[in-house]
Amino acid sequence: MTLYTSTIRLPRQRSHAWKRLGESTLFAIGFPFLLLVIWAAWSTAAPATFFPSPVIIAQAFVDTWIGPAFVTDVLPSLGRLALGIILSIVIGITAGTLIGLVRWLRELLEPLLEFFRAIPPPVLIPVAMLLLGITDTMKVVVIVAGAVWPVLLNTIEGVRSTDSVMTETARSFAITRAERLRYLVLPAASPRIMAGVRQTLSVALILMVISEMFASSSGLGYRITYFQRNYLIAEMWSGIVLLGLIGVLLAAVFSIVEKRVLRWYHGIKEVERA
Amino acid sequence: MRETLLQVEHLKKVYESSTGNVEAIGDISFSMSAGELVCIVGPSGCGKTTLLKCIAGLLRSTGGTVELDGKRVTGPPPNMALVFQEYGRSLYPWLTVRGNVELPLKHKKLSRVERDQLIDDALEAVGLEQAAKSYPWQLSGGMQQRVAIARAVAYQPEVLIMDEPFAAVDAQTRADLEDLVRRLHLERGMSILFVTHDIDESVYLGERVIVLSKSPTWVQEDLTIDLAPERDQITTRALPRFTELRTHVYEQVQRAKRGQAVRPAA
Repeated sequence: MTLYTSTIRLPRQRSHAWKRLGESTLFAIGFPFLLLVIWAAWSTAAPATFFPSPVIIAQAFVDTWIGPAFVTDVLPSLGRLALGIILSIVIGITAGTLIGLVRWLRELLEPLLEFFRAIPPPVLIPVAMLLLGITDTMKVVVIVAGAVWPVLLNTIEGVRSTDSVMTETARSFAITRAERLRYLVLPAASPRIMAGVRQTLSVALILMVISEMFASSSGLGYRITYFQRNYLIAEMWSGIVLLGLIGVLLAAVFSIVEKRVLRWYHGIKEVERA
Repeated sequence: MRETLLQVEHLKKVYESSTGNVEAIGDISFSMSAGELVCIVGPSGCGKTTLLKCIAGLLRSTGGTVELDGKRVTGPPPNMALVFQEYGRSLYPWLTVRGNVELPLKHKKLSRVERDQLIDDALEAVGLEQAAKSYPWQLSGGMQQRVAIARAVAYQPEVLIMDEPFAAVDAQTRADLEDLVRRLHLERGMSILFVTHDIDESVYLGERVIVLSKSPTWVQEDLTIDLAPERDQITTRALPRFTELRTHVYEQVQRAKRGQAVRPAA
């Protein structure tokens, strides 16, 4: 009775995926390792005060960060970073959805948002310091004030460009407002939102460091400036390495979440490429 | 005589724009009984989609009325389901096939068991029970349109409106889907309003074919298709009567295109 004209595509075999993962990890780790070896050889051959060998930096890394400094400097920084990121994402998505859905609100706010987005966030630090003092709140406010924009603007754009046929489908089936938000508007905007979140993460990390470099007494940014001013060059480099590692970790967590949330999106892309 | 389900009277739609008003629909009146399968054909650009959107309450008409079950349509009525031409944009790619069929049922007051039954039944009716866990984009075009039909069937509408649903699928799939629509109509007694630009399709499917004029649109002819209810792609299409009707509708559409038909004074 019924004739199928096509087969259902099944997800790729697992073993194949593992093999690919292994290969890409090898590539990802292999090249940095090679660079480290070259750097080590170079610094042994021609020692330079400001570029100590990776072995010395690694030693400094262990001595500096593994111990009480982790609790006094790294954890508070990470806490402010996490709070800043979460607030940015929550505020960005909530406000963005609202502005994206309500037309007059969008027309009212769009020029203003463009202006605020254009302000380089670090200039807010002196202002925030005046208003809030040198507090954790000030630092989190600075992070949010700079990092909220990518999520906010991308959410507005994503919500606004919901496909017209999809919207008409929802209307014709009398789907309720809440359901429309949950099953249509937010998923449809999710690729844009995730692109915004990616930018938000890196902006938040930058602002976390900068907010600690100004008149602060703890945190990663403070420590790195402190080491630099006291000619503790290896320690300074180890702080920079730690920041790099935090950045990589953030990116890794993001990519895991993104793969889950946008499974359908990557699936479509794969089908289109095939 | 079956009771009237859908009543369209003196429907008129003018699109207003800064460059001038465009009269898409001049004056359309027709009615449809419960359990009928009515096809609407017309030359391209004659405002078929505009007409459907007005009937479905998605577009506000400029004049005239649409009544479903005696109630005037001002917004999308709850007892009507739509199948769009663009299946790819009408199904939600982040939901599975089952999730798509289920979504419109969420706000209906049904128990979990009843809802599951409706979904299973609808998927079976379109022959997709195996694909429930797949995502729409993993399926072929014809199968995606089946999902859209299943979604409409599970919704249990009093009238199913289909807007050129098979225009974007290949010819063989199209024949299968046509038979699916016939089967839904015969076995489940569904009332279906089917818009198409394909003359053969309209005669094969319909019990009545409404031929629209070119824009500004009016009903040029309302033709009863006196073929047996059991239809078959090969034998029905080979009947002399089928050819006669097809030729007649074809001529009407040609006249409509050339604008030769004269609109009777209202």
